[in-house]
Amino acid sequence: MQIGAAAAQRDPALPARVALTAVLLLLLWPALELTEFDPAKLLDPGNLQVMGRFLGTFFPLALGADFLGLVWRSALETLALATAGMALAVALAVPLSLAVSESLSVSRIGPAPRAWLRGMLRVPVRLLLVVMRSIPEIVWALLFVRAVGLGPAAGILAIAINYAGMLGKVYFEIYEAGDTRPARAVLQAGGGRLHAFFYGILPVSLPELVSYTVYRWECAIRASVVMGFVGAGGLGQQMELSMRMLAGGEVATMLVAFFALVMLADGISALLRKVLT
Amino acid sequence: MRLAVDALHLVLPGGHRALAGVSLGVARGERVAVIGPSGAGKTSLLRLLSLALRPSEGALTIADVDPWVLPARALQQLRGRIGMIHQAPPLPPRQRLVTAVLAGRLGAWGLWRGLASLAYPADIAGARATLARLDLAERLFDRCDRLSGGQLQRVGVARVIYQKPDLILADEPVSALDPQLADQTVGELQREAQSRGVTLVASLHAVDLALKWFPRIVGLRDGVVVFDCPPVRVSDAMLHELYATESQTLPVQGGAPLAHPEPLTRVARRGAQPLCR
Repeated sequence: MQIGAAAAQRDPALPARVALTAVLLLLLWPALELTEFDPAKLLDPGNLQVMGRFLGTFFPLALGADFLGLVWRSALETLALATAGMALAVALAVPLSLAVSESLSVSRIGPAPRAWLRGMLRVPVRLLLVVMRSIPEIVWALLFVRAVGLGPAAGILAIAINYAGMLGKVYFEIYEAGDTRPARAVLQAGGGRLHAFFYGILPVSLPELVSYTVYRWECAIRASVVMGFVGAGGLGQQMELSMRMLAGGEVATMLVAFFALVMLADGISALLRKVLT
Repeated sequence: MRLAVDALHLVLPGGHRALAGVSLGVARGERVAVIGPSGAGKTSLLRLLSLALRPSEGALTIADVDPWVLPARALQQLRGRIGMIHQAPPLPPRQRLVTAVLAGRLGAWGLWRGLASLAYPADIAGARATLARLDLAERLFDRCDRLSGGQLQRVGVARVIYQKPDLILADEPVSALDPQLADQTVGELQREAQSRGVTLVASLHAVDLALKWFPRIVGLRDGVVVFDCPPVRVSDAMLHELYATESQTLPVQGGAPLAHPEPLTRVARRGAQPLCR
C-alpha cells in the first residue's frame, strides 16, 4: 500500500518529459558536429583582423547628394517591391489557409460519414504550400528574372510565391491555435466556411495575423536585398553594385537605410497591435 | 421540431461511455428539463441532439429524419434550424454584441448578406429588440470582452433567440446568473418556446428552476434515464437518489427549500424501467 501511495503522488508526465529532453540533446549534438560549429574561431586574432578591415571600409559613410537621392529612390523601390509582393502573397495565402484549416471544416463535426475522404482534399493544398515555401525566394527570383527580365517584377513574384507558402502555413496554424469554439458554433448554427472564418476565427486571431504579416513584410524588405543581388531590383541591386566597386561607405549608407526601413516596419507593427487589441 | 432517440450510446474518444442506452421522445413544442449530477451525460445528450456529435450506437431522428444520412447541404440546413445555448458562450472577445447576436441567423442569411453585415450590421433593430428581452439593449455596440460572465451568458441566449430555431437546446444556460436573473432568463426562453411552438430541451443544475418552469423533467444519471416525469410527480426521494453521490443538499437557486410533492416509495434502479413514463 505504501508503494501504491508513493506512485500516486508522482507526476505521471515525468518519464515522457525526461525522454523528450534526452532525445533533443542527442539530436542537437550531431548537428553541431556536422556543421563544424566552433565559436572559438570567431575570436581568433587573424580572423578578427580580417573582419575589422572589412568593417573599416564602411567609414566614412557616403553622403553625397546624388548618392543619397539614389538611395532614397532605391529604398522606395524596395518598399514598393516588398509591399506589392506581400499583397500578392496575402491574396494567395488566405484562400489556401482557409482550404487547409480543420476548424473550418463542416464534415469534421460529428464527424460526418466519409469525413476522412474530404480530409484527403486538404493534402494536395498542404503539399502546394510546402513546395511554395521550401524553394527559397532567391531561386524563385532567379527563375522569374529569366521569365520577366531584370527588375522589381521578378522580385515581386518571387516574394509573392515564397511568402504565400509561409503565410498560408502560419495563418492556418494561428487559426487552430486560437479559440476555435466561436467558429465551430457558427458552423453548428448552419453557417458556411466563410461565415465561420469572418465571424469566428478572424475576431479571435486578427492581432496575431496582422502582427505576423507585418513581420513577414519586414522580412520581405530584407529578402529584397538578397534578391537584388541576382538582379531583382531595389536597394539590394544598388548594394551589389557598390560592393562590386568596393565602395564600403556606400554599402554602409544603404545599411543605415535598411535599418530605417526595418524600424519603420517595427513601429507599424506595434501601432497596429495597439489599435487592434 | 420532433425528436426521438432510441437506445442511444455515446462512447467518447477516451473510451468513457457518456451515454448508455438513452431512449426519449420529445413532441413538437414540448419543453423538457434534463437534470442530474455532473458527469451524468447531460451535455453529451445535448451535443448529440445538436448534431455536434454522432452517436456510437442507437437511433436518433430529428424532424422524423436520421440527420447523419442527409447530404452535407441538407445537414447544414437542418443545423440552421437548431439553436444551441452553451454554458460558456462561444463568443470572440473582440466581437461586438450586435455582431454576436446577428451571427445567429447566418445559416438563414446565406453568404453575401452575412458578409455584408460585417461592414454594416444588417438588422440593428432586431438585435436591439432581442437584447432588450434580456436587459442588455444598451450594450448593443459594446465588445463582448467588456461584459461579465453572466451578461455574456445572456448574449448567448439572445443569439439563439434571434436565430429563431425550431429546436432550442440549452446546456446550463443560466449557470453564471444570480437567482433572479436566472429565473427571468429561463422565463424568456419559455416565452420564446411557447409563443413560436419551439421544442426546448435544457439541462439545468438548479432543480427548483427546472421544477418551476418545465412541464417535463428527465433525470439522468450515469448515462441512463432514471426518471421522466411531470414536476408534480418528482419526489424529494427521487431527487436525493439522483444526486446521491453529491452533497447532502440538493442544488437549488439561492438555497430555497423545495416544495414536497407526493412521496414515492420506490426509486428506479439502474437498468430498471424509468419511473413515470
